[in-house]
Amino acid sequence: MADRALSLSAAGLAAALFALLLAPLVALGLSFDGLTLGAAEAAALRFTLWQAMLSALISVGLAVPVARALARRRFRGRGVLISTLGAPFILPVIVAVLGLLAVFGRAGWVNSSLGALGLPEFTIYGLQGVVLAHVFFNMPLAVRMVLQGWQAIPAERFRLAQSLGFSPADTLRHLEWPMLRAVLPGAALVIFVICLTSFAVALTLGGGPRATTIELAIYQALRFDFDLPTAARLALLQFALCAAAYLLATRLTLPSSFGAGQGRAGGPPAPGGWRRGVDAVAIALAGLFIALPLLAVVLAGLPGLGDLPVQVWQAAGRSLAVAGASTALCISAALLLALAAARGRGWPALAATLPLAASSLVLGTGLFLLLQPYVRPSSLALPVTVVINAALALPFAFRILAPEARSLYSDYNRLSRSLGMTPWARARWVVLPRLSRPLGFAAGLVAALSMGDLGVIALFAGEAEATLPLLVQRLMGAYRMETAASAALLLVALSFALFWAFDQWGRRHAAI
Amino acid sequence: MNRLFPAAALALLTTAAQAQTPVLNVLTYDSFTSEWGPGPAIETAFEAVCACDLVFSAVGDGAELLARVQLEGAKSEASVVLGLDTNLTAQAAATGLFAPHGQTGGNDLPVPFDDPIFLPYDWGYFAFVYDNTKLATPPTSFEALAASDLKIVIQDPRSSTPGLGLLLWVKAAYGDRAPEIWAALADNILTVTPGWSEAYGMFTAGEADMVLSYTTSPAYHLIAEEDAGKSAAAFDEGHYMQVEVAGKLAAAPQPELADQFLAFMATDAFQSVIPTTNWMYPAHMPEAGLPEGFAQMITPAKALLLSADEAQAARKNALDEWLTALSR
Amino acid sequence: MLQFDTLTLAQGAFRLTADWQAQKGARIALIGPSGAGKSTLLAAIGGFLRPTQGRILWDGQDLTPQDPGARPVTTLFQDQNLFPHLTIAQNLGLGVSPSLRLTPADHARIEAALEQTGLSGFGPRKPAALSGGQQSRAALARALLRDKPLLLLDEPFAALGPALKGEMLGLVTALADRTGATVLMVTHDPQDALRFAPLTCLVANGVAHPPQPTAALLDNPPPALAAYLG
Repeated sequence: MADRALSLSAAGLAAALFALLLAPLVALGLSFDGLTLGAAEAAALRFTLWQAMLSALISVGLAVPVARALARRRFRGRGVLISTLGAPFILPVIVAVLGLLAVFGRAGWVNSSLGALGLPEFTIYGLQGVVLAHVFFNMPLAVRMVLQGWQAIPAERFRLAQSLGFSPADTLRHLEWPMLRAVLPGAALVIFVICLTSFAVALTLGGGPRATTIELAIYQALRFDFDLPTAARLALLQFALCAAAYLLATRLTLPSSFGAGQGRAGGPPAPGGWRRGVDAVAIALAGLFIALPLLAVVLAGLPGLGDLPVQVWQAAGRSLAVAGASTALCISAALLLALAAARGRGWPALAATLPLAASSLVLGTGLFLLLQPYVRPSSLALPVTVVINAALALPFAFRILAPEARSLYSDYNRLSRSLGMTPWARARWVVLPRLSRPLGFAAGLVAALSMGDLGVIALFAGEAEATLPLLVQRLMGAYRMETAASAALLLVALSFALFWAFDQWGRRHAAI
Repeated sequence: MNRLFPAAALALLTTAAQAQTPVLNVLTYDSFTSEWGPGPAIETAFEAVCACDLVFSAVGDGAELLARVQLEGAKSEASVVLGLDTNLTAQAAATGLFAPHGQTGGNDLPVPFDDPIFLPYDWGYFAFVYDNTKLATPPTSFEALAASDLKIVIQDPRSSTPGLGLLLWVKAAYGDRAPEIWAALADNILTVTPGWSEAYGMFTAGEADMVLSYTTSPAYHLIAEEDAGKSAAAFDEGHYMQVEVAGKLAAAPQPELADQFLAFMATDAFQSVIPTTNWMYPAHMPEAGLPEGFAQMITPAKALLLSADEAQAARKNALDEWLTALSR
Repeated sequence: MLQFDTLTLAQGAFRLTADWQAQKGARIALIGPSGAGKSTLLAAIGGFLRPTQGRILWDGQDLTPQDPGARPVTTLFQDQNLFPHLTIAQNLGLGVSPSLRLTPADHARIEAALEQTGLSGFGPRKPAALSGGQQSRAALARALLRDKPLLLLDEPFAALGPALKGEMLGLVTALADRTGATVLMVTHDPQDALRFAPLTCLVANGVAHPPQPTAALLDNPPPALAAYLG
């Protein structure tokens, strides 16, 4: 009975999600005639796929040694570093781009150092810059996902490996590789799809129209040509690419089955020798790569932080409210879908992946067209933002919860059912305590994303309802770059504080 | 979330209060209505004379504004649309959603401008802005810029109005030679941003030598920041103008108030706010003249402006040329 | 009375049939080769596998429509019998109230069950702090608290040494004596069957055969059992 109810509500949720994502396409007049791509669109498609693939592979490839080093080493500041890993991902795009430019740009720290040493300049503009920025955003996220995979291998298995005299290579082959096969395709998929819809980063760092993505072609269709059906078609193409990538990743994923441990403490063995040095280098480089642009953001914003205009604080309050509501909505939905997916069904994962490929411009425009006959769009600015932020953040929350929900199901579903535990009792005594670590991480990420995401509020907002990201944009539009930098720092600080608070809560309540 | 309930209550109250105070809804772009734009001062001034409630709704920028007008169609709550520029007005007029403004009285633009549907409220020249403490002798033409090693940041014409303005600037100045100019400029273009603020932000962060903006941009730094370090480079070919206009919607819920607002646009109360909030030239010179500081702005030798129809006819082709030249 | 009424279970290509009944209070060992379907039969009784055909009845009542938790059954699984994040007392408490709403009287019952299984004082500890044998005792203590007429043992003591296993079987016997429970126990070890179960059911070649007296069956095994015993 309980399972039926869970399945039904998850199915209803997935259907609502599909409707939310696809109805806007219909509203824009999606038609299936003339589905062929023009030469410019084909070039955009090629560039989009290429940069997304490179970004995903490099992010994931770099994440593995960093995650392994973090999994098997204990050092001062490790906890802080792991928390900071969430930071790049939650930076508003323009803030992150300016931070990256301060480090890697023409006048940036790296080039100043290279120049001082008489070395040639590094140019960030081009495919390398796009990939660099995408790796900056997403590699830390991949590290967190892979690290979670490492932590999910029961300590008993590592002990068994040690007792069998496994070398590090044996451990890799028998324990870590199966885990990676289970975790990496999903992580790569998420990053690939995020980068599919990249627009501002690709254009700004790509150096110009060579770096046209499908999302930019959507902008052109909506803004320059006012050709709604073309925008809808391109948005559908993004969904199709996302679905194809999802199917491919599913094929590549081999579920690991380590079984349950008794939750004893202890992680992977920490081999000494040169491996210690490699781990130290991996951690140091990743730390610098993440910390330097963040430091630039802090330095830019710090001077003006003291005298921010009052509107900034009001907008901050509004953003916090939006983030709180989005988080509650998103986490409930993600948990429901993750629990349904744990029962071996495929559709919850697809439903929870598609929002990644949503073009927020198409989503916003379509929703506007759908709602406008019935209500004043500006009166719905905040509720629409809450729903859209929750939907757009759902894939991340789902990815974090799904593997843990799966092992929870395979390990304890039989026992819970044989004891006749009701859904509420299971939620209270099994699901929440066993999942509190991923729940805290996911809630932190969702809250921070909802703070920073401009999403569709710009399409709906009246003069009174500006959120903090919108206000940063307005400040920049009014030449106030320094105030904007300070407001952006406040945004980053608040986002990070939310992320940190939820993440800590999850770790503190993690049931051993 | 408790903010939502007051918001909903407020919406109800506004509806109830409508019986006494009519509401004039003006659709505009974001930076016009923001706390630092002309919107708040103009709202106060107009409400003092109209016995109405002036409400601005804002979208991202001029291009988005036109898209929004087309999306809303005849169902729009707005009576006035403010913030299109002449590169977009032909397309806007073709929608049939706008009504003639019926205003007389001309304007103070440097070129003759008379449009039956759209009334100008401010204007400016596009220009490349640079840091005069780092660059002593700026280029004086596109060709000189192309021959230099200077790096510029421009905006994408597909997502931003200044980007589109630059496209038409080169077209107006060079005609069929435009592709050649773009090809020569390709190695000077550091990058292309989605909108004006990203580009300007990159410039002030020291990333680029010059940025596409307006001849009046240095006035902001001079007046608001007391920083004389920014200048606009004067180009011999002349500078393309951006003329920002407003128009009345044919289906305006408040046609009389819309007319009153369009007439108000020409008055000092509106025009004197423009220079130091929108950082553009007012379309009607205020009695007190321009604020100090504007005198130091360069005056282009030649003002370039394609008519709305010419701009409409040229833009698709100009975009293709631009894409081809820069995609190589 | 436990009754298999022309029961057929299927999982992929695997099929198992059973058509027999057992008296209340019977103790039956299930023996047979690995993969023959011993655990499958228990899973069906426990409610984790729907029969493709036929019915499982307890006291004449069809169990098929009932949820696992609602059945008159306690199962001790091979592993994962305890939640590692809950204390032993909470794990036992789940046997009294699945929502863990416990009255003082319930707490007293839990204490008593711990005492009966030799776990006095272990209530506040987590399973990881207990030895394997103690964990088995805790699972048994919960079975005692649940007090269901059918007890299914799916090799819960397989990981224990011979002495410990014997002790556990003794504990199960004592428990079953006290509650009058009907016990079905999967085992690989004929000695376990002899010691614990007067009746033994041979599960082989897709059939769970009607139980027969254990000693007679082992003395004169049919070919399938002979092959298994070697």
